[in-house]
Amino acid sequence: MALEGEYLGMPVVIDDLDKANQEFYSRCGQGALHLQFCASCSLMRYPTTTACPWCASPHYDWRPVSGKGTVYSYAEVHHAIQPVFRQFLPYMILLVELDEQVGEPGVHDGLRVTGNLTLADGTMAPEDVVSAVGIGSRVRVVLKDLGGGLALPQWTLDEDADQPASPWRYADD
Amino acid sequence: MSTEIDATAPKYLRGKYAIVGIGETSYTRGSGTTTRNLGTTAVRNAMEDAGLTSADIDGMLSYSGNDSVPSTSIAGDLGIRLNFYMDCQGGGSSTEALIGIAIGVIEAGLCKTVAIFRSMNGYSQFRIGGTGRSTGRSALSGDALFGRAYGQGSAAQNFAHTFMRHMYDYGTTPEQVAHVKVIHSEHASNNPKAYYKNRVTVDDVLASRMICKPLHLLDCCVETDNGCCVIVTSMDRARDCRHTPAKILGVVGRCSKPRVDNHYQAGPISTVAGVYARNILWPNAGVGPEDIQVTGSYDAFTFTTMLQLEDYGFCKKGEGGDYVSSGIMRLGNARPNNTSGGHLCEGYTHGIAMVIENVRQLRHDIDDSCPVGADGKRMHTYDYAEGGCRQVKDVELSANLGWATPATGSALVMARGA
Repeated sequence: MALEGEYLGMPVVIDDLDKANQEFYSRCGQGALHLQFCASCSLMRYPTTTACPWCASPHYDWRPVSGKGTVYSYAEVHHAIQPVFRQFLPYMILLVELDEQVGEPGVHDGLRVTGNLTLADGTMAPEDVVSAVGIGSRVRVVLKDLGGGLALPQWTLDEDADQPASPWRYADD
Repeated sequence: MSTEIDATAPKYLRGKYAIVGIGETSYTRGSGTTTRNLGTTAVRNAMEDAGLTSADIDGMLSYSGNDSVPSTSIAGDLGIRLNFYMDCQGGGSSTEALIGIAIGVIEAGLCKTVAIFRSMNGYSQFRIGGTGRSTGRSALSGDALFGRAYGQGSAAQNFAHTFMRHMYDYGTTPEQVAHVKVIHSEHASNNPKAYYKNRVTVDDVLASRMICKPLHLLDCCVETDNGCCVIVTSMDRARDCRHTPAKILGVVGRCSKPRVDNHYQAGPISTVAGVYARNILWPNAGVGPEDIQVTGSYDAFTFTTMLQLEDYGFCKKGEGGDYVSSGIMRLGNARPNNTSGGHLCEGYTHGIAMVIENVRQLRHDIDDSCPVGADGKRMHTYDYAEGGCRQVKDVELSANLGWATPATGSALVMARGA
């Protein structure tokens, strides 16, 4: 049976053939970010895939991660393409490098998870918060409820972390 | 099992094939016609340019993103009986890859002369940038959960992490990258076909409104309606065609980074596919970047031109910002880039028009405003002032660097044929 929820007025439908994504978003809905964990080479991966990108094994399990990481790069959107996002401009699309598996298997590799910068309740961050975040900022995951037992991983500034004095921001900021 | 490609032997068909015909339609926003008609016109123009008839074309290749017309429609309309055709999914980087495929199928005996086309109403029907597309209401499922759910879907939104990280890793500045638009706008001012012919300054680029940091409006290419075609055949047949052939020295097609569909997982993310592609392209072509006199580095964005020139070895890693702001890419200097004005100014047809431009350069017959002589060829002045010449003097070697994403690229080296 397809799992269904809703986000910002957009229907979320995860078909029952798509077992990996059903599991990923259901585990988020249960309150923790889990990633696929390869039964053969023991590496985690993101996003969901049908086999291990490092060893091609189809066998995997799920493993919880801390949900903490560092902003590795970002886009700051000032012109929305999807109408629903216009109300949030400017909004940030973060590429967050998780604390787990940094530099594995290759020295430049890592688990880099996408998400928006949000407040602690999962609502999109306002401009004054957006302008304080950059490469190097420490963030923690927020699991935004989508209904139907599903949740969407988003990111908020980690209040408990040591933040860089001034995270790297695009030149004109 | 070795993964090395030895592309140094003559068996890789270096210099045995050529582009003999080029055709295009005007670059407009509102073609007022179908992609079928644009494609037919482009292929017919390319046949006429080559001095070929419908009976001479027996192969066809095209690419699109479900926004175009298949080869069978074009061939049918022009009375071309095909011995081979294939319509591929894809955008930027397809042209060079399909030229490689055309060489392969001719060499394998499937056909003898291949027309490659791309036809799109990229402004009036299907806008790649996404504006006006029905992106709002369809359900989030599959890959969209990792993209569109976050307001990430357009090319600018998808590539920005690479661009931003290049600035972080190497200190690349917005001013440096803005020079790509400035120089291409100068070139476009000498291109009567260009959609945007006005010259702009670095300040104009930086003062244009922000679309998606680090991209201002003028860092992004134009969307246009257009059809383009190139015709590939063997050098033996090329000698019977109307123009000096653009001889193909080497091709690399859709060469990719690891984790191609999720390439941000594999680093360094400020490096693009050219770092792999160059190890096939240059040995295959038998020349290096230092030998190239004109480049066509794909400018979907100012940054894409810079990143590819850097990773194909036109400068050291991390020095792309210096390269593009040094003036070397300007007409009259050592290695002009996108003399048509490229996607940023001339118009957008997923890279094929940049190949057409370099074919014209190698013919020494670029279509600028220079006076036409008694032999029907332009008498080039090499005065690159606004509205003037855009022919590169005595050019013998060109390189096209096609971009699909940071993780996939294609490239083509051509020489002026004998």
